[in-house]
Amino acid sequence: MDLALFYFLLLGFAILMYVLLDGFDLGIGILYPWFNSDAEHDHLMRSVAHVWDGNETWLVFGGVILFGAFPAAYALLLSTLYLPIMLMLIGLIFRGVAFEYRFKSNTSKKWWSRAFSLGSTLAAFCQGLMLGALVQGVPADSISQSSLVLLTPFTLLTGLAVVAGYALLACAYLVMKSRGAIQHKAAQRGRALVWVVMLAMAVVSLWTALGSEQIWLRWFGGWHALALLPLPLLALMAARLLYRDLGRVRKSYHQARDVVEKHEDRPFWLAVSLFVLAFMGLLVSLFPALLPGQLSYMQAVAPDASLWFMLPGVLIFVPLILAYTLWGYRIFAGKVEDYEQGY
Amino acid sequence: MDFDSVQLSAILSRIQFAFTVSFHIIFPSITIGLATLIALWEGLWLKTGNPLYLQLAKFWIKPFAITFGMGVVSGIVLSYEFGTNFSKFSELTGAVLGPLMAYEVLTAFFLEAGFLGVMLFGWQRVSAKLHFFASCTVALGTWISAFWIIAANSWMHTPAGHVIVDGKFEVASWLEVIFNPSMPYRLTHMLLATFLTATFVVMATSAWYLRRQQHQAFARKSLSLTLWLALVLAPLQAVVGDFHGLNVKEHQPIKLAAMEGIWAEREANVPLLLFAIPDPKNETNHFEVKIPGLASLILTHDWHGELPGLKSVPKADRPNVPLVFFSFRIMVGLGVLMIFIAVAGLWLRWRGTLYQSRWFLTLCSFMAPSGVIAVLAGWYVVEVGRQPWLVQGLVRTMDVVSPLPPERVLLSLSLFVITYSLLFGVYLYFFRKLIKKGPPSLDELQQLQIGVKASGYAVSFTKALAADTPQAQSNTSQEGKI
Ligand code: HDD
Ligand code: HEM
Ligand code: HEM
Repeated sequence: MDLALFYFLLLGFAILMYVLLDGFDLGIGILYPWFNSDAEHDHLMRSVAHVWDGNETWLVFGGVILFGAFPAAYALLLSTLYLPIMLMLIGLIFRGVAFEYRFKSNTSKKWWSRAFSLGSTLAAFCQGLMLGALVQGVPADSISQSSLVLLTPFTLLTGLAVVAGYALLACAYLVMKSRGAIQHKAAQRGRALVWVVMLAMAVVSLWTALGSEQIWLRWFGGWHALALLPLPLLALMAARLLYRDLGRVRKSYHQARDVVEKHEDRPFWLAVSLFVLAFMGLLVSLFPALLPGQLSYMQAVAPDASLWFMLPGVLIFVPLILAYTLWGYRIFAGKVEDYEQGY
Repeated sequence: MDFDSVQLSAILSRIQFAFTVSFHIIFPSITIGLATLIALWEGLWLKTGNPLYLQLAKFWIKPFAITFGMGVVSGIVLSYEFGTNFSKFSELTGAVLGPLMAYEVLTAFFLEAGFLGVMLFGWQRVSAKLHFFASCTVALGTWISAFWIIAANSWMHTPAGHVIVDGKFEVASWLEVIFNPSMPYRLTHMLLATFLTATFVVMATSAWYLRRQQHQAFARKSLSLTLWLALVLAPLQAVVGDFHGLNVKEHQPIKLAAMEGIWAEREANVPLLLFAIPDPKNETNHFEVKIPGLASLILTHDWHGELPGLKSVPKADRPNVPLVFFSFRIMVGLGVLMIFIAVAGLWLRWRGTLYQSRWFLTLCSFMAPSGVIAVLAGWYVVEVGRQPWLVQGLVRTMDVVSPLPPERVLLSLSLFVITYSLLFGVYLYFFRKLIKKGPPSLDELQQLQIGVKASGYAVSFTKALAADTPQAQSNTSQEGKI
């Protein structure tokens, strides 16, 4: 396989990992307004406090892979998307420090809750907005135009879709990590979010396909259509199963029965697969562009010396990272306990 | 865009970068040293069983955690800022700097983040040995991170191992890129700087407790320990700094001239300026206080040695002399003060009055921010001294800034100034709060130790405890039926 393609796929992998992992922990912040008491907020935050840093590192990883392997794209993309990136960073700052300060505060607690939830929502929305801008394509001279060119009905829609999607991931995560009333509420809200997310995915997909002849042909031209058919079908199936599992969790709460363990864990994996499928769909539409209409990955790629130099690092360390990340998750496996001592 | 707005936006981007990177470095310079100290204490505790060491580790892990959090969020900004504000620079040098930063993420950031969770929240889930392992790994991660980012930064000062193809940098030899001429000096000096920073923060805190007659046993232990550390580290830092200076003389003579305030094209018998006010307009210094010949001696090992001065290059190729000049004196001055304190501590210890001497304890407690200030001053010498170059002699800073409209950069800069000022206040507030609260009592630690010693047992133990604490009651309300 040629190296440029390898790094393109690696970049995709990094982004996907980021979206899945930081997705659920940004989602926790997005869900904050739906929970009321301090104790509930404590519980929510505790469920991700030990992993948020690692999750966010995938964002840094995506950034530096872009920098190292596709410097021209790193330069063009980041300067073009200047404002949403800066706003996303500010959002991430506020929600990140909230982890440290919220647990240690007394009087200012509600401000940290707000910083956490607004910061998470802002970051998620900006990510969705940038996704929309990429899919839709930005004008070649947009860096010198007003940043408002990035704000179109389509990008607003993708922004909200990502917010809803992260919230859904977080609901599924909570169903896995908590019990009782919180679990019930997560399941209930999760069901509503399944509808919202599926609808948004459908609209975004159709809009994208109708908006560009090239993308339309890729999905519906000739035999491709058959080969690609499983993507939407599997997504529909996952959504349906997810909806049903969440319903079961909700029902056992009302009937005061123990939730079947399978139904607690599966929703998370279903939500994850929904994201993976959507991401694959995106890849099909955009390949091989890094900035559609302007720059493909082949045009932006770094010289071979750089690609070869990073290769051993990637091949050795990415599996290692996955291994110890998994180990970390296993140490904290099971339900979140509210009485556990921090540091 | 017309010329003026290009200039303006370039200046704003530079201010923003300088501001955000200065904010960031405050935190790593504390965390790298503190992570190392915490790992050290945990190791000593495991070895000797002395609970004071556990108390030290347990106490400092909280300030460490908030500092680390600040370091992470401010660092993420930086890794994107190369692309957002210096897009041409990223495009030109991405093939060299990008892979170094990729290695930083692969070998350091994931490691830190992966084991930090266990270090902070794992006390009751893993054994004491495994916890110690996690702490060591976090410390190691911070060192590795410094290694890569310093390699990248040093390459910008003393570029080596590259070729330029169509105006873009490509790598000919990675070994030469990484171990470029100034890298070993800068890395050693920087790591020592972070150890010193953490040492003086801990020292200041314990001196403050002693002055207020609180937590005596704890404070004595840590004051004594940190004074020994300072006695080794501070003189070592001066020696390394001296070698670093010789390296600068070789590769960046104009920077050195700015540091020493040398104007003449070439000057022999160069005096060491203790104080002066450099005047770039008239190309001279005012109010000099000097020791004749000493700078020549230090830098050329000859009283009459010659050094090149600022006038040997056109004005446009000189850095901001007063800033470099004063920053250098602040750093070295603080370094000398640190040596003085370490030696004075030794003397008082020998006299047996170390823990009672009020003037000394007061002086120590004022040293809390000394490390951070010296680090910032040091970086200003290095970075401002390199200007107008971004890659020494090859790339000019003003040529490679993103062509952004100035309003947009002004907006983000204002947001950062507001956000960071706010957060810095908050950080200091919580830091103070944690210090005022003092270390956990030894009794409390005994309880926690149960958790550290036996992981499975601990969880059930705390579970049993939790059933009748008020905090748990408030939680059972939403725990529903289980
Ligand atoms: C000598 C040390 C040093 C220096 C000069 C820098 N950093 Fe740093 N950085 C660290 C030492 C460090 C660290 C010790 O590894 C941190 C501090 C606290 C922490 O969490 O990790 C960190 C965190 C940190 C993070 C967050 C990592 C995470 O997600 O866990 C990023 C993205 C950066 N840094 C990037 C940068 C960039 C782009 C720099 C240069 C312009 C830079 N750092 C200068
Ligand atoms: C962490 C400690 C650091 C501090 C406090 C620091 C400080 C500064 C300052 C004050 C400037 C502005 C100089 C001027 O414009 O007059 C600057 C410029 C710059 N530094 Fe650093 N620096 C640090 C580390 C680094 C590292 C590790 C890198 C890269 C790997 C780096 C890359 C740059 C770049 C690209 C500029 C150009 C932007 C500009 O001129 O403002 N710096 N730095
Ligand atoms: C006491 C005598 C000291 C001497 C002679 C000295 C010397 C130097 C020199 C010559 C440089 C500039 C290198 C360049 O421009 O490339 C430098 C940079 C620096 N100094 Fe010092 N220094 C001393 C003490 C300290 C202390 C006490 C600290 C902090 C605790 C410190 C922190 C730094 C830092 C962070 C830098 C920038 C990064 C680096 O180049 O490593 N220095 N020092």
